[in-house]
Amino acid sequence: MQPDNPKHMLRNWKTGLVFMFLSGLILLFIIAPLAGMFIKTPLAQYSETFTDTELMSSIRLTLLCSLAGVVVFGIAAVPLSYVLARKDFPGKGIITGIVDLPVVIPHSAAGIAILGIVSRGTVIGRAGEAAGIQFVGGIAGIVLAMAFVSIPFLINAARDGFESVPEKLEKAALNLGASPWRVFFTISLPLAKRHVLTGLTMMWARGLSEFGAVVIIAYYPMVTPVLIWERFASFGLSYARPAAAVFVAVCLLVFIAMRLIAGQTARKG
Amino acid sequence: MLFIDNISISLGSFALKDISLQVNKGDYLALLGVSGAGKTVLLEVLAGLQKPDRGRILFEGRDITREKIQKRRIGLVYQDLSLFPHLRVFDNIAYPVRRKKVKSLDIKNRVAELASVMEVDHLLDRYPETLSGGEAQRVALARTLASEPDMLLLDEPLSKLDVKLKSELRALLGRIHKSGKTVIHVTHDFMEAATLATRVAVVENGRLLQHGTPEEVLRHPMNEFVARFSGIKNIFPCTVTQSPDDSGLCIAGIGGGMSVYFLGKGEKNEGFVMVPQEDIIVSEKPVDTSAINQVEGVIKESYLSGYGTEIVVDAGVEFVVSVSKSSREKLRLQPGKKVWLGFKASAVKFMKS
Repeated sequence: MQPDNPKHMLRNWKTGLVFMFLSGLILLFIIAPLAGMFIKTPLAQYSETFTDTELMSSIRLTLLCSLAGVVVFGIAAVPLSYVLARKDFPGKGIITGIVDLPVVIPHSAAGIAILGIVSRGTVIGRAGEAAGIQFVGGIAGIVLAMAFVSIPFLINAARDGFESVPEKLEKAALNLGASPWRVFFTISLPLAKRHVLTGLTMMWARGLSEFGAVVIIAYYPMVTPVLIWERFASFGLSYARPAAAVFVAVCLLVFIAMRLIAGQTARKG
Repeated sequence: MLFIDNISISLGSFALKDISLQVNKGDYLALLGVSGAGKTVLLEVLAGLQKPDRGRILFEGRDITREKIQKRRIGLVYQDLSLFPHLRVFDNIAYPVRRKKVKSLDIKNRVAELASVMEVDHLLDRYPETLSGGEAQRVALARTLASEPDMLLLDEPLSKLDVKLKSELRALLGRIHKSGKTVIHVTHDFMEAATLATRVAVVENGRLLQHGTPEEVLRHPMNEFVARFSGIKNIFPCTVTQSPDDSGLCIAGIGGGMSVYFLGKGEKNEGFVMVPQEDIIVSEKPVDTSAINQVEGVIKESYLSGYGTEIVVDAGVEFVVSVSKSSREKLRLQPGKKVWLGFKASAVKFMKS
C-alpha cells in the first residue's frame, strides 16, 4: 500500500466514486450550457445566420483584430518573457505581478484605463489622429483593448517555455562562438517553440472573446461579443443565441486548428 | 600559454579561492578532485561562462578576464555534453561552422571531415536523444573541435562510459592532444588522468592543493587527500614512536598492533603513512631481503583490477597489494591463504597531519 500514490488512493471504491462524481459534475458544468446553446438553436436558424452579413463581417473583424494584437504586441512581448525566465533582478516579483494585472482587474475597468490614455485629448490620441489612426471607435482601439487583456497569457506561457530550456545549452552555444542574438534564435526560441505557440494561440483566443474592454473603447465597428450583447439587449435571448452559437463554433474550430498546428510544429522541431 | 592569476569566485555556498595555475601550450592538464570541489566552475570561468570576483586570466599574452565568451576560442565540453536536442548530429557539429559567408559546401566538408576523425559519420542524420553515451561523447567532441578552439576544456569526458569505450575514447583524446591541442581535463580518477596528462593539478574545497607532473604528484603527494586521490590505497593514520636513528630509520605505529619502519627526519608526530601497492612483495614464508618490513596476514579478497590482480591482506590492518596474474597462479593467492608481505622502509611515505 502506498497511500500517497493517487493511483492507489483511487482504488478505494468510495474515494474513487466521490472523485469521479465531482469530476463529472465539473465537466458537465462546462459542457452543458454550450451544448444547450447549440441544441436549442433550430437548424433553420443556422443557415440564416450564415447569410447574416452583419454577423459574418463582425466575426471577420474580431478574428483579424485579435490577430493584429497578437502580431504587434505579442512579438514584442516575447523578449520580456525571456528576461523574466532568465534574469534575476530586484523588483522581479513586482514585474511578474504587473504582467498578471490585466487578468485580475475587471475588464470594463481595463477599458476605462485604456480610454484614458488614447482619448482625443491625450498625447497618444492626438498623435494617432495626426497619423490617421483612430483609437476611440476605431479598429486600432479594438486591437489595443484585445491585446491589453490577453497579453499575460502569452507572456506567462512563453516564460514557462524559456524556463524549460536548460541554460547550459545556451552557454554551450555561446562557447561554440555564436553571438547571443544567434543563440536566442537558434537555441532558446526553437526549444521553447511549443510553449510560445501555445501562448500565441491562447492570446489570440482570449483577445477574440473580449467584450468588456472593447465595448468601452469602440461600440462600433462592432466585434462579435458586442454584437451578441446588442442583439440580446434589443431583441432577447432567441435572437442572440444563433449568433452566439456560430461564434463559439468558429472560435472552437480556430482553437482546435491552432492547437493541432502548434502540436505538429513542435514535434517536427 | 594560459595563466590563471589568483582567481576567486563565490557562488552561493560554494567558492573558488585564489587559484593560480599555469598551463603551457601543448600541455594536457588533468584537473583532479572529488565532485563539488570546484573543477567545473573553474572551467566555466576559463570559458567565460562565469565571471570571477577577483583575479585575471591571461591567454596567449592577452588578458581575457572580461573577454566575450564567443571571442575566447576556448572550447568547453560539458559533462552532460549539452548537445542541442532539436538539431540532428550534422547540425550539431555544423553549429560553430555556420557563420555568415561560409558556403554550405564548405560546411558539409568540414562536418564530414570531423565526423570521420571522430568516427561518427554514420550518425549524422540522427537526433542526440537516440545516441549512446559513447556516440554522444564523440559528437560533442566533434562539435567543439569544429569551433577550432585554441584550448579544449573537458569535464569528466570518460565518466559515463564502460571500460571498452573508455579506452577507445582515451586513445582518441590522446590523438587530439598529439595533434597540438592544449587540453584541460577534469576528472576524479587519478589513473585516467595519469595515463593522458602531462601535468596534474589537485583541487579540494575550491583550493588548488598541488600541481606538477603525474609522477611528482604520485611520488610526493603533499597530503593524505592527494595521496588517496592518486589511487594509493594503503594509507594508515599513524603515530611516530621512534625518531630517526643514525641511518634515518623511524618507526610508526599504524594500529592493529602493527608498526612500520620508514625513512624520515624530524620528531615524533601524528600523521599518515602510505605504502604504494606496487611496492609490496608477497611470499609464502618470511624471506631475507632488503625489505625491513615483514608482516604476516591472511588474504581476504582477490579481484581483477585494471592492471592485473589486487589482493586484500588482513595483517591487523588491511593492505591492498598488486600482483601479476602469474604470481597469483604460482602462489595460489586465494582468500583464506596465509602470506607474508614485505616492503622496504624507503617505499613507505610519511606525511604529517
